[in-house]
Amino acid sequence: MVTTRVRETRSTPRGPVTAPPARAGRWQRLRADRILLLLLLPGLLYFLVFHYGALFGNVLAFQDYVPFLGVRDSEWVGLAHFERMFTDPLFWSAVTNTVLIAVLQLAFFFPAPLALALLLHSIAGDTLRKFVQSVVYLPHFLSWVIVIALFQHMLGGAGVINGWLADLGVGGISIIGNPDAYKPLVVAQVIWKECGWATIIFLAALSQVDEQMYEAAALDGASWWRRLWHVTLPAIRPVIILLLVLRLGEFLSIGFEQFFLQRQSVGAEAGEVLDTFVYYTGFASGDFGYAAAVGLFKGVIGIALIYTANKVAHRFGEQGVYKS
Amino acid sequence: MSKHAYPAWAGRPTLGVRIAKGIALAVIVSLVLFPMWAVVATSLADPQEIINNGGWVIWPERLSVQAYSEILDGGIVTRALLVSAGITTAGTALSLVCTIGLAYALSRPRLYGGKPILLLVLFTFLFPPGMVPLFLVVSELGLFDQYAALVLPFLINVFNLVVMRGFFQSIPEELLEAARLDGAGEFAMLRRIVLPLSKAVVAVVGLFYAVAYWNRFFEAIIYFNDQTKWPIGTVLRQYVTGGAALAEGEAGASSPQSVQMAVVVLATLPIVCVYPFLQRYFAKGVLTGALKA
Repeated sequence: MVTTRVRETRSTPRGPVTAPPARAGRWQRLRADRILLLLLLPGLLYFLVFHYGALFGNVLAFQDYVPFLGVRDSEWVGLAHFERMFTDPLFWSAVTNTVLIAVLQLAFFFPAPLALALLLHSIAGDTLRKFVQSVVYLPHFLSWVIVIALFQHMLGGAGVINGWLADLGVGGISIIGNPDAYKPLVVAQVIWKECGWATIIFLAALSQVDEQMYEAAALDGASWWRRLWHVTLPAIRPVIILLLVLRLGEFLSIGFEQFFLQRQSVGAEAGEVLDTFVYYTGFASGDFGYAAAVGLFKGVIGIALIYTANKVAHRFGEQGVYKS
Repeated sequence: MSKHAYPAWAGRPTLGVRIAKGIALAVIVSLVLFPMWAVVATSLADPQEIINNGGWVIWPERLSVQAYSEILDGGIVTRALLVSAGITTAGTALSLVCTIGLAYALSRPRLYGGKPILLLVLFTFLFPPGMVPLFLVVSELGLFDQYAALVLPFLINVFNLVVMRGFFQSIPEELLEAARLDGAGEFAMLRRIVLPLSKAVVAVVGLFYAVAYWNRFFEAIIYFNDQTKWPIGTVLRQYVTGGAALAEGEAGASSPQSVQMAVVVLATLPIVCVYPFLQRYFAKGVLTGALKA
């Protein structure tokens, strides 16, 4: 998306020696590029089969799919699955949970990396900063299974924190498996896992801010807060908006594995999100057609959200994810 | 923290500010490291000590590798580790070959059909395949209970592809032109000029793929009936977060807690081992450069 623009501005002074003239026939051009085309073939096949093939697989959403009969012989039901969706309380409960968690993520997980990046950027000691960066990036590479095992070990009923509280003679806290604590817990988990990683982009943006602006602001007697508000934040505004657009575009995709792993411990009412709803409807109950319809619905909303968010970004005079 | 490192305009922060920052950093670092420490300590503690202490140990009085020797004794966990190692190695190699081929071809200007293919690939970023349709594709291909089901659906990551293509494009055209004049074909240019210049980006993309393959666990649950083929992540999920008891009476006399934590440690260890290499390449700015693009 972004890179295409970069490509177009590049031009080679001389055409490659073996390249055919621009108006050469289709077969000549195919022949000239045959090695390159051969190189890209496996990758292209992958996208055709697993992405476009899967896109085609969405026909399931309009069928009463029976695995035994296959796509060809299963009965067509038109929009029945979508009609059912709008009157299904379980579906709406999943939507509500998803939106609530997404809003919490936006409120707490989105600004956290910016705060961490500002803190790291303000440290003068290079070694100390690199050490802290190395530590906070690490959880990004751990799988959700491991992260949740760590959280259980710390916060679970027989976990470290509850052990300490018992030693102090204070009553224990119930976090793991507690439906009321579930939403803050999953947001805390995502902050623990991804906050450090998300600072990379903010740190890169902060390092681009013009030093002279700070100098001028400081000479005018601007305090730290005023420098933050009038110099730093405006300078990195494009990056903040870009990330916000990306986040809004994925508003309903709050992650599957994290919720899949913990849904059982708190029950469907508190723990069901859209992605787990698709899983439990399709794979646990065998209602593949309905599950595919919910998945398709989510995908279409996702595209609409990216489109809208990008429009808004352009309205603000920012670049957004893609042009036009 | 040396005094001269602060820019002149900012002045040296007051003692209070520096102490506050120090405390904030210490808290952040321990929030990340302490849970990992607690898991390692519990996995190495004596089973009796864990029971006496209520399920966890921060500072084991006596180190014991009993939990490790039990799960590495050729049971489920050993097999799962081998499966994961195999999937990770084969998957990473295959992913790299396909990603390099596609990225290189799409990085060449004037490739026949290059533009539509690029758009075709980038569009998938906006509309990732749904869980059920992807399941349908995998089942149509007959990949149930095949290790390929854990590799092929994730062969190329669009982000990795874009990073690599961007890097290939930054290689000066003159270098390739010179090779072309010497009569080198596209394949020879890729092998002798492009790849040697792209070691860092190939390494970092390869590590990304490896970490992703190692961490994958969900797909084995829906695609594999045969539990002996499960990778380590799926086994970990069953034992630890799923709370299932170790099958085949493997738990023996050991405290399940230390065994569980030992599985967590073994699943994490390879990631922690490759992490310094990942770090080194971040330092080279391979990724930050690409992210800014």
